[in-house]
Amino acid sequence: MKIIVAIKQVPERDAQVRINAEAKWIEESGLQYALNESDAYALEEALQLKEKHGGEVVVLTAGPERVGPTIREALAKGADRAIHIDCADLGNRDALGVAKLLAAAVKPENPDLVLTGLQSDDLGLGQTGVILAELLGLPHSSLILHVEKTDTGLTVKRELEEGWFRTIELPLPAVLTIQSGGNKLRYATLMGIKRAKTKEVRTVTAAEFAVDSVPVAVLERVALPQKQKSTQILPGNPKEAAAALVEKLKFEARVL
Amino acid sequence: MSGIWVVIEERDGRVSRISWEAVSAGQKLAALTDHAVNAVVIAAQTEALATEVAAKALGKVVRVEHPLLAAYTADGFTLALQQFIESEKPDYVVFPHTYQVRDYAPKLAARLGQVLIGDVTGFGEGPVFVRQLMQGRLNGSYRHSGNGPCFVSVQAGAFRTDEVQAGTAAISAFTPTIDPAQIRTKPSERFRGAAQTVDLGSAQLIVGVGRGIKDPANIPIAQELATALGAELGASRPICDNGWLPMERQIGSSGQTISPKLYLAVGISGAIQHLVGIKGSQCVVAINKDPDAPIFEVADYGIVGDLMEVVPALTEALKAAKQ
Repeated sequence: MKIIVAIKQVPERDAQVRINAEAKWIEESGLQYALNESDAYALEEALQLKEKHGGEVVVLTAGPERVGPTIREALAKGADRAIHIDCADLGNRDALGVAKLLAAAVKPENPDLVLTGLQSDDLGLGQTGVILAELLGLPHSSLILHVEKTDTGLTVKRELEEGWFRTIELPLPAVLTIQSGGNKLRYATLMGIKRAKTKEVRTVTAAEFAVDSVPVAVLERVALPQKQKSTQILPGNPKEAAAALVEKLKFEARVL
Repeated sequence: MSGIWVVIEERDGRVSRISWEAVSAGQKLAALTDHAVNAVVIAAQTEALATEVAAKALGKVVRVEHPLLAAYTADGFTLALQQFIESEKPDYVVFPHTYQVRDYAPKLAARLGQVLIGDVTGFGEGPVFVRQLMQGRLNGSYRHSGNGPCFVSVQAGAFRTDEVQAGTAAISAFTPTIDPAQIRTKPSERFRGAAQTVDLGSAQLIVGVGRGIKDPANIPIAQELATALGAELGASRPICDNGWLPMERQIGSSGQTISPKLYLAVGISGAIQHLVGIKGSQCVVAINKDPDAPIFEVADYGIVGDLMEVVPALTEALKAAKQ
């Protein structure tokens, strides 16, 4: 099975975010970046499928030069090669614009399966994989926790709300968006890190694909959320704060 | 163009709560944009659902019906709504932001050259649509540009169902053309995962554990707090994903929805998926090292600090208060 995994580099989870001067996005200087969490699960699913059924795992990502280490990380975990769509204006494109870039890179590869995480931890749109399927003319399913290859295609386990699930059969080729938690993530081994250095990373520029980059959904302004409640922050050392909290819960909120 | 259309979802044969919230959002958007608001129900049989929706202040209710829509498929729903939208030419299409909508609305929008503005929590003049970014740390205002319908989905709990106005709407039918071969996926009946033995939904006191706990070896300090409080222990998704606590203790959109008197969030940053599950809590307390964590936006009380120090201190304070 030839599997393409579309991954995204996002700011690290604990990164301190500051709104940039134009209030259009966050200040990127000094930020640490990491592989998007559900994309890590998509990669893991791809690697496990390859181990069971053979084939090839290709990672695909769009972003500026800084995505290099994230690509190497995926290769170190076991992906065979990578395609990097060099794109400095990723943030100006909407989900359709990004999916068009990815689709242009996927098409000539003719994969059996395309996987991606269900949503990114920065924009959280949760649409790229679904739109990618539409652009490629492939069937898809989203929020997938488990993938099994059958004689006729795939059987997948889709997460629903409130602890429910559904099993879905679909033919190949197909696109799946992977939910986190379906399997256990591996770490890159020292050998893997060493081997990653010799693996192929093909860079194409976004301009080469000549896809429309004018967004339909335009992010106009970024702001700090307004507080829904006024939070009383209890000061002092842990012991003082804990004692003050118990007092508040007992006599003010009256919930104890 | 024909105004605002709200796509209704059913739950156990009735209009789902979040669909009423989408209707409420549609009525708000109608006031903002001076358009009429209508609703569309979609399934193999829609009569009961259409009747229920038509008792609200809506212009029209359209039944999009086809035998191939009996079970949800992205292909079937996309085709049916694509045809309906091409014939009706709405200005806005409003969806409840459910796992089902997430599966097909982006596809439907893309097919019509549009982009869904998803998981919206509010509107402003323009209109601009507000949605959360960076796991709830920031809000982004989005504008729909270009021609064609604007697709929007609204977050659970963001709009109030008690603001849906009553009325009488005219019901009509729309029959899409769908060929069985166009539906490429085959869904089974839905099923529950593990037997649900922990009922967090009715618990009055709950301690929730998040990523901030860092290591499974630290779970006992949260358990001790729960015990001292006489509370149930719950967790955010990553904790259950890692297997540090069983899935049945997960709180949030994919886990249980809670409405306790007191919810004590320990090391939980407050991602959207978690916050929608705790909206019914009467009093929320957050303990987190990051003063900017989104959990503090919904917390009544907060302690900013290292949970490894704060939680044991709180356990001791609770024990002392009981004596």
